[in-house]
Amino acid sequence: MHSISPADFAAILLSLKVGVTATILSLPFGFAAAYLLTFKEFRGRVVLDGVVNLPLVLPPVVVGYLLLLLLGQNGWLGALLNAVGVRIVFTWRAAVLASAVVGFPLLVRSIRIGMEGIDDKLIQASRTLGAHWYDTLVTIILPLSFKGIVAGSSLMFARSLGEFGATIIVAGNIPGVTRTIPLAIYDYAGAPGEEAMALFLCLVSVVISLAVLVLHESLAMRLARRREP
Amino acid sequence: MKLAVEVVKSFGVFRLAAAFSSAGDRLGIFGESGSGKSTLVNLLAGTMPPDEGAIFLDDECLFSREKGINVPPEKRRIAIVFQHPHLFPHLSVRGNLLYGYKRCAPENRRIDLESVAGILKLEGLLERGVNNLSGGEKQRVAIGRAILSNPRLLLMDEPLSALDDELKFQIIPYLKGVCEEFGIPFIFISHSMTEMRLMAERVIVFEKGRIVQQATADQLARLRMPTSQVGYINLLKLGPPRQVDGLYAYSWGGGELLLSFPVRRPDSLIELSSKDIILFKRHPEAISSRNLLRCRVVATFEAGNRTGVEMDCGGERLIAEVARQAAVELEICAGGELFAAIKASAFRELG
Repeated sequence: MHSISPADFAAILLSLKVGVTATILSLPFGFAAAYLLTFKEFRGRVVLDGVVNLPLVLPPVVVGYLLLLLLGQNGWLGALLNAVGVRIVFTWRAAVLASAVVGFPLLVRSIRIGMEGIDDKLIQASRTLGAHWYDTLVTIILPLSFKGIVAGSSLMFARSLGEFGATIIVAGNIPGVTRTIPLAIYDYAGAPGEEAMALFLCLVSVVISLAVLVLHESLAMRLARRREP
Repeated sequence: MKLAVEVVKSFGVFRLAAAFSSAGDRLGIFGESGSGKSTLVNLLAGTMPPDEGAIFLDDECLFSREKGINVPPEKRRIAIVFQHPHLFPHLSVRGNLLYGYKRCAPENRRIDLESVAGILKLEGLLERGVNNLSGGEKQRVAIGRAILSNPRLLLMDEPLSALDDELKFQIIPYLKGVCEEFGIPFIFISHSMTEMRLMAERVIVFEKGRIVQQATADQLARLRMPTSQVGYINLLKLGPPRQVDGLYAYSWGGGELLLSFPVRRPDSLIELSSKDIILFKRHPEAISSRNLLRCRVVATFEAGNRTGVEMDCGGERLIAEVARQAAVELEICAGGELFAAIKASAFRELG
């Protein structure tokens, strides 16, 4: 049996890095999308809702392939980024993007649930007490949907840890560069005699996921306690 | 306060079409649920735009479809006290109270936290979380929060409906007191005639999205006497009681009224329905009612098939109602004398 190699550690660290980066980068967009879908009536709302939720129903491989078409050398966004010297595909950034796109609907859904629980009258009260819409957004909607934001972030991070299909297509499976835990498990599972390593990485996944769950629960409990001083 | 409103707003089959102007500081909007009262609140506060029309407050245009003006809610300085307190759950009592104050331009800040907390008896609660307050405390914080935003108009959208009777009549003095103390004009919205009489001067009656009546609160109560199940409610303020043979004697109108119960609070209002007063032309020989008052008729008014009789009883006013035929038989006319009999058990303490 193989001992834990620096590449395995790199895979674990990369998974964490990709998950954290994808979650942090998606949060403002997820919050904005949830806000628009919850509180605003506008033309194209149904289209936005559909686009946001599409990755939830599409096979991740399809999402990966579409991202590849978009960001590849001949894709319109890829060509644009290439021109300014930014390469996305087959780098860890591609893994972040794949995770962000696939996890985005989960993030938005959780934040929306949080926002939908906010009484309209609180928003009305805030506005009539002199708050501009952005003031209400920051001082009422943001704190009151915080539980949804925490839940959505946990879900998104967890989804990112498990992301495989889109990542392998758009980021590849380059050890030390784009090989995350699921890709490493895939490699080990296919190689004879490496089952123990596959199992070890599975265990690491379980530990990280449990840690996220515990963190989420403790944050939720602290929030609940803060509401009842 | 000068308010001029001419608005139209439709939602599906419901249509609110209201045009009125008011110059008083205590305006009442009366109507059953679904009559358009709350829609009017939203239109005035700016949280919903009218389909057509214009709204002017103290000669400032807040909305005009024609001129393309729609002042946003945060610029109108019109605060709302809702039916439920709707306090911000993530803020303390102090945080809630100061929410509007902090957002009010410094030149408009004439009411401060200390004075409002004093009047509303909130001093000891300022650092508490709002989820740990009683129903009455929550509503007092909601009133304080609205007042502290230093509004030029306060909208009270059924602020007492969610409270039980006892709490309701405990909150009224706070509502009135705080508005009078700081000179804040208000619009009081309710479907309760008693609340209306306690809070408002002039009342606009809404029915199915239209204005059907405008009168003073007392005129309205008289007009509604024949259709109201409880008749006209006389609201009495009584002095301290004295126990007499199992009954309670209260000084009132230069004499005494006998009631079957002691009041729970010294500032309580006692209600007496116009239907519970029996009138006699001459002093009866003997009656079971414990109160027999000599009264002078001030005026009479027709209300449906009833005649309302406004009487002076030692400087206090009472309104009784009799069938028209009875009024003719008793020859009731202004200036005449009557005897009013009231059972000790006919009174009820408000709250």
